[in-house]
Amino acid sequence: MKALLMYRDRDFDLQGELPPNLEALTQDLELNTLFNAMAREDKFLFEVARRAVLSSLDDLDTIRYRQDILRDCIKNPAVVRRIYSVAQEAIESEKKVYWGFLSRYPATILSRSIEVLQMFVGKLKALRKIADEYADAFESEGFSTFFGMLKEELSDGYFADIQDHLRELKFPSGVLVSAELGEGFKGAQYTLHKPQENKESWIKRITAKREPLHTFAIADRDESGARALSELKDRGINLVASVLAQSTDHILSFFTMLGTELAFYIGCLNLYEQLDQLGEPVSFPRPVTSSERRHSFVGLYDVCLALTMKAQVVGNDLSADNKDLVIITGANQGGKSTFLRSIGLAQLMMQCGMFVPAESFCANTCRGLFTHYRREEDTAMNSGKLDEELSRMSDIADSIKTNAMVLFNESFAATNEREGSEIASQIVSALVETGIKVFFVTHLYEFARGFYDKGMENAIFLRAERQTDGSRTFRVSEGKPLQTSYGEDLYKRIFGTDY
Amino acid sequence: MAFHSVLFARTEDSITEDLEAPDFFVDLNLDQIIDAITARKQEYNLKPFFYAPLHDIDAIKYRHEIMQDLESGVLLENVKSFARKLHTMREALTQADKLHVQYQKKSWFLRAVDIYCSAVRSLTHDLSLANLRSRGLSGFYEYLTNYVKSDYFAALFAETEKLKADLSTVKYCLHIKGNRVTVRKYEGESDYSAQVEKTFEKFKQGAAKDYRVEFATWPDMNHVEANILDLVAQLYADIFHNLDDYCAKNADYLDETIAVFDREIQFYVAYLEHIAALKRAGLKFCYPEISNPSKDVYDCEGFDLALAYKLVTENLPVVRNDFYLKGDERVFVVSGPNQGGKTTFARTFGQLHYLASIGCPVPGKEARLYLCDRIFTHFEKGENIKNLRGKLQDDLARIRSILNQATPDSILIMNEVFTSTTLQDGVFLSKKVMERVIQLDLLCVWVTFIDELAAMSSKTVSVVSTIVPGKPALRTYKIVRRPADGLTYAISIAEKYRLTYDCLKERISS
Repeated sequence: MKALLMYRDRDFDLQGELPPNLEALTQDLELNTLFNAMAREDKFLFEVARRAVLSSLDDLDTIRYRQDILRDCIKNPAVVRRIYSVAQEAIESEKKVYWGFLSRYPATILSRSIEVLQMFVGKLKALRKIADEYADAFESEGFSTFFGMLKEELSDGYFADIQDHLRELKFPSGVLVSAELGEGFKGAQYTLHKPQENKESWIKRITAKREPLHTFAIADRDESGARALSELKDRGINLVASVLAQSTDHILSFFTMLGTELAFYIGCLNLYEQLDQLGEPVSFPRPVTSSERRHSFVGLYDVCLALTMKAQVVGNDLSADNKDLVIITGANQGGKSTFLRSIGLAQLMMQCGMFVPAESFCANTCRGLFTHYRREEDTAMNSGKLDEELSRMSDIADSIKTNAMVLFNESFAATNEREGSEIASQIVSALVETGIKVFFVTHLYEFARGFYDKGMENAIFLRAERQTDGSRTFRVSEGKPLQTSYGEDLYKRIFGTDY
Repeated sequence: MAFHSVLFARTEDSITEDLEAPDFFVDLNLDQIIDAITARKQEYNLKPFFYAPLHDIDAIKYRHEIMQDLESGVLLENVKSFARKLHTMREALTQADKLHVQYQKKSWFLRAVDIYCSAVRSLTHDLSLANLRSRGLSGFYEYLTNYVKSDYFAALFAETEKLKADLSTVKYCLHIKGNRVTVRKYEGESDYSAQVEKTFEKFKQGAAKDYRVEFATWPDMNHVEANILDLVAQLYADIFHNLDDYCAKNADYLDETIAVFDREIQFYVAYLEHIAALKRAGLKFCYPEISNPSKDVYDCEGFDLALAYKLVTENLPVVRNDFYLKGDERVFVVSGPNQGGKTTFARTFGQLHYLASIGCPVPGKEARLYLCDRIFTHFEKGENIKNLRGKLQDDLARIRSILNQATPDSILIMNEVFTSTTLQDGVFLSKKVMERVIQLDLLCVWVTFIDELAAMSSKTVSVVSTIVPGKPALRTYKIVRRPADGLTYAISIAEKYRLTYDCLKERISS
């Protein structure tokens, strides 16, 4: 039995490998703001959100599978939260059942397992009840399969079977064990049997044939005999105790997986509710395969900025289909970084099956998202800084492959413009020619202009907008690179026009 | 000719069990070598075999043949497997001795015989497949074939198999309720654990932790187990009666010749196992040509077996040295820088001759060694240094005793004698002793700082230890034939510029 709410055919792996550049991604896209909104201070929700968002999917089928489930969640938030809490309760209660000091003895392992299983049966029944009552309100393939499985596997008859076993395993009529002659004729291959199974023939044998009964008893005061006898019993029930303990583990991991997979959707619900309150729109994106080049959207905003400001923020529209290279130039504080971040966030959200912060959004998936941002100056030496930037670029080059996407923000500007432009041009040309999609925010005029002059079909140039009076709209729209980045504006704003 | 032993070709040869290591063992580090060889073979008491050198060439060849048979193909592995089985057999017998419950003892006895039968049969089969060339193993194979065909062994084997099969059918049920145990035959009840497992199968998620508890396993039984075994024996009375008869009848099942073979063959196994690690490290061993009366000897790529074993264990390289004596050359006079491998060279010469004399392959790619009657060593004894006069006296007394016992067939290894007196005294005494050595026509290696000895006669050959050119602190441990003219340093510098004779020749020709 598996929940299968993240993948159609496999479990969500909470231990799986995350992209090697997860720290850079988290920092550059301010992902913790997103995770915090999804987690609402729940550490577990945070971790699941982080895992899900960072381990991007690139198969469209699974993305749509999750999108459908998320739609169901948005429609039935209360039921979904209730299933989640049943799973959490089961996990919590299991932890409370005491292992004791005697876990080296099969008898102890067995009795603990029986206790845990009794509790689990209760929780399984609760799930079954939810399925009976609410299954009809769900439309997604994922939930239909899930509820269908609960109904089929957890029948009343099945619950009765379990109860039988739990009763039997308390051995009301003694323990019946078979054995063979092992090394030195010690008992071997101890196998447990049900005592009452052969009750008839047992009695018959005694009464009919009158064979001498091969039996003996341990004297009341024979302590070593009593110990030997209980060890013998332990050998007999060793396997069944292990089987039962494993079963509790398996059921626990069913609940754990159910809780984990639902946690992702609970996180999405949390985020949905917060954005809804802000009046920010969300929509389910239309992903296309990674080998295509699509990037068209209306009203895409930076979800982290909205969450931080707790207000609506400016959205951007873009139509950049069939483009491999997007170069963004223009005004300082004109919204270029925000724009770049919104591209990255939307990509990750789309590729984990979530909605995106836009009125509409369509893009190709990418096989790996990378960010290369100019870092805050933490050393005074410029040459050291370029070293550091190139070393990070080299790390990216180690793990990048075709149909990945890279977001550059003011990269390679730690040297003079000519050299920086040359480095940037060479890197970008190489990336684009190997089928990697590039977004590049830059002040490097020579670099931007160089590409512009090439007249490439697959490149688009955007500029942070600026009104004629010098004030900024924080919008980004198509436009050729300009020589100045309006540093003059900034200077004027800060120092006033009198200087 | 009836088979006698895999160690001795002739029936009259054998060894006495209480042999002690020869005097020179410690000086030549042969004690370390033999300790290492026999370390994991204590149960066979192999040391006496290694303490008894052979004195005729045919006896040595007899061993070479067997060693070569074992080295070719899988025979060595076969013999090792046989040895492991007999070892397990002995353990089973020991176990049987220790136990008190009668049927437990008998169970272990049956096990021992079973292992024995299997070991003997496999070995016979293995030997039949091997292309035996040695007199020793061929003779043993013939003996073994007849033994396996004998009525006694056939019956022993058949009865063992029958009993095993019967005992494997024994299956019983225990019903434990309160403090009462009831025992009866098993009646086909189904495995309840499997039923429980099936019920919960739908929750199965990949691999699971194994919660089965490991029980301490003692070979003996507590009284509850013993009671149960008694009842089981009553349930299966026929089988257990057969077991009683079997044990009574076959108490002396072990064949004496096979038992002796099991021990003696370990002489070869132990040696081959010991040198296997060295061979893996690229070192060579060969079967030396044994020479007598000619005293022409040589060895290519020889090394000190004790030192090599230590170095290989530590993954360090082993320096190999060539030597030869031909015509009337008899004495190596070894000089040169300290710690340059002089003593090692001397030991190697002694070790090679000793190992050859017990019929073992020796370090080196190719060798011809002398069949000597005795080996004498005189190594400086550190503990006597305090008493100078006493030491010199003692040295001379020991040398005199050696020279009195030595015959022209003996080998003498001398290491740094007369260091405790003045140079003048040392030169005088050394020359006197050397004269005696030459006169006796001894094969000799003499490590000394006295250059003059090297050129005393046409019988003496000067060899010197060398150092790394430019880095005297590093040792090459190479010993080369070269006049002892104090030119080591100049040669080193030439080597540094690759202008020595050998280097220059190599450079010019390539």
